[in-house]
Amino acid sequence: MKQTRLLMGMPITLEVVDPIVSPDDLEKVFAYFVSVDETFSTYKATSEISKINRGELPTAEYSEDMKAILALSEQTKKDTNGYFDIEHDGLYDPAGIVKGWAIQNATDRLKAGGFRNFYIDAGGDISVAGNKDGKLWRIGIRNPFNRSENVKVLALTDRGIATSGTAIRGQHVYDPYNPNMPLLDIVSITVIGPNIYEADRFATAAFAMGKRGIQFIEKLVGFEGYMIDAHARATFTSGFERYVLHS
Amino acid sequence: MKKFTVAVLIIGAFILYSLLYGHANVVAVLPKNSTNSSSSGRGSSTSVVPATPGTTNTPGTPGSLYKDGSYTGSVADAQWGYIQVKAIISNGKITDVQFLQYPNERNRSIMINNYADPQLTSETIAAQSANVDIVTGATDTSQAFIQSLSDALSQAKA
Repeated sequence: MKQTRLLMGMPITLEVVDPIVSPDDLEKVFAYFVSVDETFSTYKATSEISKINRGELPTAEYSEDMKAILALSEQTKKDTNGYFDIEHDGLYDPAGIVKGWAIQNATDRLKAGGFRNFYIDAGGDISVAGNKDGKLWRIGIRNPFNRSENVKVLALTDRGIATSGTAIRGQHVYDPYNPNMPLLDIVSITVIGPNIYEADRFATAAFAMGKRGIQFIEKLVGFEGYMIDAHARATFTSGFERYVLHS
Repeated sequence: MKKFTVAVLIIGAFILYSLLYGHANVVAVLPKNSTNSSSSGRGSSTSVVPATPGTTNTPGTPGSLYKDGSYTGSVADAQWGYIQVKAIISNGKITDVQFLQYPNERNRSIMINNYADPQLTSETIAAQSANVDIVTGATDTSQAFIQSLSDALSQAKA
């Protein structure tokens, strides 16, 4: 059973292969993403994060989820030597960590519900469990220069995979009006991790590191990465090849 | 007296010549310096296609924020080592950023990098056409829209 919804400004697709699945099971997962969006969307004036950013909510009244996200963001900031930071100009934008965290929670909920073989894809950040018809899940890394093409096809199970990057807009010239970002020659970095929460937060941080991002991923135990630069060159970590599908 | 006049003429001519030559030399040396120093880059240079091909010889673009040339940045502490970059400006745009220093100068960095760098492999990207269940890629709002639309259309087909 497979369904796609447009939530949190992106398509979220669920596919559950286990025969016990019912439409109601998928509905519960989508409802969870809606509730996450209600709390953490900076685009919604009524969300908890918007109230905090307007200074309307005292710390004592933060929800448990909000406390968790702020703590995880702080931890990730330390883990990435400050490259990951949800605070900009005194305002919080936790989108970089909420997405992976929400997909991970949804994964845990499906597992708790007895499901073993499924995937959750939220805007290209993916959590896979088990397999499909006895085969590992096949995941393409999209060619950032040609959306209709994949540059790698991976075979994964019980992993998270996330891509952080910019959309290519036809020219590979640095933006002179963004002097703080001189390393835009990296187009995208895809990270495979033990789960989607880990893969997503480190993909975001590694992209912010520019060319050094892939070295950062190489140093992390249990993570692999595939980085594409503006010249269509890819650099990948030592253990990446074992996930590549050789058909 | 005749000898003195000749001597003054020769000295005068020499001074005049050296002034002219010296001036010409300054002009010739400046761009040479900037190209020379770029060779001290560490091989991690990436050149970028200029935005306006065909005007590469224009020594600057009117109204641009930047002057053409190469500029070496200050040394910045990147926690695991120092980073220093050089930016190349042509036609008023940043066309290249080269790394002059990379984090491998300090002991701690060497320890880390010895594990990391030699393991990385590079390749030119090429299409792999096997069928897939899911696709990962960077998203922005318009991409999400395209993805959603194409997914909607694929469902409409079935």
